[in-house]
Amino acid sequence: MKAYLIRRLLLLIPTFLGISILSFLVIQLAPGNPVSIRLMKMQGTMAANSVPAEVIEKTKALYGLDKPIYIQYGRWLKRLATLDFGTSYKDRRPVLEKIGEALPVTLQINLLSFFFIYVFSIPLGVISAVKQGTWGDAITTLFLFLLYSLPSFWVAMLLMYFLGGGQHLNWFPIYGINSLGAEKMTFWPWLWDRLWHLVLPTFCLTYWGFAYISRYARSGMIDVIRQDYIRTAKAYGFSNKVVIFKYAFRNSLIPILTLLGMLLPALLGGSVIIEQIFSIPGMGRLGFEAILSRDYPLVMGILSISALLTLVGLILSDIFYALADPRIRFE
Amino acid sequence: MNAVREIPAAEAPPKRARKQGYWRLVTRQFRKRKQAVVSSFLLLFLAVLALSAPFLAGEKPIYCVYQGQSYWFPNVIPYKALVSVDWSRWEPGEGERAVRPPIPHAPERSNLRNRVGAPDRVHWFGTDDRGRDVLSRVIWGTRISMTVGFVATGISIFIGVILGSLAGYYGGIIDAIVLRIIEIVLCFPVFFLILAVMAFLPPSIYNVMIVLGLFGWTSAARLVRGEFLKLRDSEFAMAARASGLRDFRIIFRHIFPNALSPVLVAATFEVATAILTESSLSFLGFGVPPPTASWGELVSQSQLYLHRGAWWLVTFPGIAIFITVTAFNLVGEGLRDAMDPRLRQ
Repeated sequence: MKAYLIRRLLLLIPTFLGISILSFLVIQLAPGNPVSIRLMKMQGTMAANSVPAEVIEKTKALYGLDKPIYIQYGRWLKRLATLDFGTSYKDRRPVLEKIGEALPVTLQINLLSFFFIYVFSIPLGVISAVKQGTWGDAITTLFLFLLYSLPSFWVAMLLMYFLGGGQHLNWFPIYGINSLGAEKMTFWPWLWDRLWHLVLPTFCLTYWGFAYISRYARSGMIDVIRQDYIRTAKAYGFSNKVVIFKYAFRNSLIPILTLLGMLLPALLGGSVIIEQIFSIPGMGRLGFEAILSRDYPLVMGILSISALLTLVGLILSDIFYALADPRIRFE
Repeated sequence: MNAVREIPAAEAPPKRARKQGYWRLVTRQFRKRKQAVVSSFLLLFLAVLALSAPFLAGEKPIYCVYQGQSYWFPNVIPYKALVSVDWSRWEPGEGERAVRPPIPHAPERSNLRNRVGAPDRVHWFGTDDRGRDVLSRVIWGTRISMTVGFVATGISIFIGVILGSLAGYYGGIIDAIVLRIIEIVLCFPVFFLILAVMAFLPPSIYNVMIVLGLFGWTSAARLVRGEFLKLRDSEFAMAARASGLRDFRIIFRHIFPNALSPVLVAATFEVATAILTESSLSFLGFGVPPPTASWGELVSQSQLYLHRGAWWLVTFPGIAIFITVTAFNLVGEGLRDAMDPRLRQ
């Protein structure tokens, strides 16, 4: 286990360098950069003109875009390692501080989503796998596929139209994460108010992951059911219940839980649209507004922080996998 | 995933016959899945819709007699004599005739006097914020979605196949590098990354396709890598090596055709994802630049007009996205089941 852990942690170094290179490539596209100027010329657009000269100058100075490329990269690597992303162009506040305010909001919604995704999808997937080939299974699978194919922005617009905003049913608030004057509330009403505001956005983030994980849960369970040791357990005369819950279910659970690491970037990406639609002051909206106002330090900060967060998630899920499944360590 | 694909124990029939037999078997299995069959007809319908858009919706006539001259298909052929005609105003005069498409509205023709109009007999799906016909825009939007979906998928499958086959075939350090690159791409919230790149780049449909392709290859690469790991030590690959073929030929002529089925399945799912991502980008205003018709852009207009009850702006383009994405996903699922020997009925 120790050897595996060390090996896995050592692999962090190339991945971190890779993240720095990929994000560095994004900076290379920023206006004022030789690469981006050449790109603009190549495509025959003069979009560079539409960016104020002041922004170009500031960006040049921030990332040292007039210096040789290895110095630029060195600077960027240093910024990334020390999490120093500079100050926002818009209000001159440190990027990290702005992210620190927005991240908890996004995490609240995402953690709620994670919870609901797993609570509903694992039983559904397992039942669907056990009843494989029946009508119920066929309908469930089709339903999950339909759910998986729904564009989240469309669902969000429909929910706003039918369940919020006073057009039809005015059940849920559609703006922000708290009512006006929420800061004067005592804790319990405040919490209730907050949760009430999060219902629709959380739903929009949840249904997709629910469909995604359920399908994995089903196919994982089907794979396990086909294994020899399940047949052996059945041959020993254990009841179906014992075979499924004691032998099959636990083993099918492991790969699904490790999907947590994969789900995080998907949900963070999805937050952009949902937070934008519901005006939620989280990472997604902050990032989108930064992109709109060409606030490059903030864009780069959010991009890097989310990548680093996901990296931590990936490592944790790998370690968890190794803890739960001893086979993985002896690869 | 853990189960090893079963290899029939009988002597192998001649290669050509077996290859044909495999695809016939897949077709037969595919036909047994009703959802998949219905979805593939739906896709065929959408493809026809996309290809024949100028014949279904537009103001340029399919056939016309103009100033004594008759013209066939001015809707697709740019006649010099017709360049100056304003088709939105032109009505056939004496001795002139015109056969127009059944929906006589161009997707980009605005009419500011009829903004956000509800569906009626003239505009079956209503009009948008500039008075453009929604039905016409939905039909022309099919072209955009399909093109973006297929080109982006083509790019990502190409990258995925190259990297995946190299990693799986050579293993070792190349495999380790490719796996690291995959992990790096997986670390980024891809949608935000695409959005950031699109914000830096000038708006253009080509940039949308390239960026989507550049960030969508990881799943194809992993699948191909897995297949190559399984196949590189198989007897036919060893035979190819023993007869002194170059690696390039072994990889692409001998092993790759045997790894084709998972690539096909991955490609089908990838088209669905690309279409969904393009519409999300257009919804946020970073996709296909205006005034080109795009489904996502239509839904995004509903943000401003939904509270006035403009349900047609959200309903029709939304259904179009939903149907297309579902059809691609169901066909992908059907293909996967049909090609999986464990699921054969």
